[in-house]
Amino acid sequence: MELLTPDLGLIVWQLVVFGVLFFVLAKFAWKPIIASLHEREASIESALELAENTRKEMAELKAGNEKLLAAARAERDSIIKEAKEVSDKMIAEARNEAQKAAASEIEKARVAFDQEKASAVASLRKEAASLSLEIAEKVLRTQLADRAAQEKLVSSLLADAKLN
Amino acid sequence: MRKLYFSNILAFLLLFATSVFAQHHSEESTSTDSSAVTTTAHATEATEEAHGEGKVDLGHMIMHHIGDDHKWEFAHGISIYLPCIVKTESGLKVFSSRNLEDEHGNAVAYEGLIVEHGKIHAEDGSHVLDLSITKNVASLLLSAVLMALIFFSVAKSYKERAGKAPKGFQSLIEPIIIFIRDEVVKANIGEKHYRKFLPYLLTLFFFIWINNLLGLLPGGANVTGNIAVTMVLAVITFLVTNLNGKSTYWGHIFAMPGVPKWLLIILTPVEIIGIFTKPVSLMIRLFANITAGHIIMLSFIGLIFILKIWAVTPVITAFAVFMNVIELLVAFLQAFIFTMLAASYIGSAVEEHHH
Repeated sequence: MELLTPDLGLIVWQLVVFGVLFFVLAKFAWKPIIASLHEREASIESALELAENTRKEMAELKAGNEKLLAAARAERDSIIKEAKEVSDKMIAEARNEAQKAAASEIEKARVAFDQEKASAVASLRKEAASLSLEIAEKVLRTQLADRAAQEKLVSSLLADAKLN
Repeated sequence: MRKLYFSNILAFLLLFATSVFAQHHSEESTSTDSSAVTTTAHATEATEEAHGEGKVDLGHMIMHHIGDDHKWEFAHGISIYLPCIVKTESGLKVFSSRNLEDEHGNAVAYEGLIVEHGKIHAEDGSHVLDLSITKNVASLLLSAVLMALIFFSVAKSYKERAGKAPKGFQSLIEPIIIFIRDEVVKANIGEKHYRKFLPYLLTLFFFIWINNLLGLLPGGANVTGNIAVTMVLAVITFLVTNLNGKSTYWGHIFAMPGVPKWLLIILTPVEIIGIFTKPVSLMIRLFANITAGHIIMLSFIGLIFILKIWAVTPVITAFAVFMNVIELLVAFLQAFIFTMLAASYIGSAVEEHHH
């Protein structure tokens, strides 16, 4: 029974010791410990949140970059296409123009050639006429050197004239 | 599951032990044999038998070890005489407990005071209040100092290493604090109110655990196995619970919702008794568990002296070591259970309409 009878002295001591221990620990140990545990947990949580947010932002940024890149690529393609079109057009135009120019040049040349030819032919004719006259003169001069020949000619000419 | 496993092993070992003693004892008188066997099961019964036989008084030895004393005996003949503080009708008296016994350890009167059954009485029968620093009180003070040292140093390292990972002793204590906070206090009291009760429940847990462990040391006092100590803890828990009782709590006691009115005539007295049985169960559970553990271990060791067969010493030592390991578990478990139940009682008191 002695074991089951609480001793008054021990009750008093236990109350005092436990009470003092509680107040002292609550003020000087539990308060700072719990506070710093809480603080650390909060800081860890916020750090994790920050990391998560940063990751999301990074992903967004990456997606944005890709979009931008795709847009740039499309733009580049369209620019190239346009440039090609323009250049093709320009080449075609140039070709046309060149062809036209060439044609006109050829035309001009032909005209000039024709003129030249005409003049050449004319001068050739003139030359040929004068040459033939000269030749004829020379021939006549030689053939009509004697009297007989001259008479023969005159008679033939007269004969011709008669026929007319 | 694990508990069951342990108790199975224990039961087996006890059976085994009994058969061993029976075997060895067939040569000696049967009366001692019966006393030895009984000792393993019920140390208290052995007390009376041993008293009667006048042999090794194991029961007395055990009671002496688990009880309180005015001197702290570490081993036979090595003891510290603790100060006695006694309030008598003629005033406060402070003296060494050495004055209360003669050189043979028999009680003698000093200034009209004498020790009877471990307590100081006045020779003339007048009332005295014994506020002596007994073995338990000294152990209590020691544990308080130890706890203050431990937790001040931990708190200091929190201040010094603010925001950093725990280190050293801090990292040993931190998981326990977090375990108590999250699994015991927060789980039972709830997010809203738990902060208010956390310091008390942490103090409670570590107080019981550290005193349980100190009690397991050789020569240690049986503080948490003393009913006065557990009673104070239970009464404080009772006060904390009921002084924080919200209307829902009292409503459940005096007018349990959803119960027919006529049934309340039965239910309300039961609930009112329940208010008091909770702390009483706390008080007895801790006291009985720790005291029983001490009795079992002392019984094992006492067996060596009863049997006087040195060959059994290794076997008994193995049992004692095994029990000691279990007691280490029990030391934690009982502190945990006490705190857990205290938290759940407080939790039910501060809870607000949840139906």
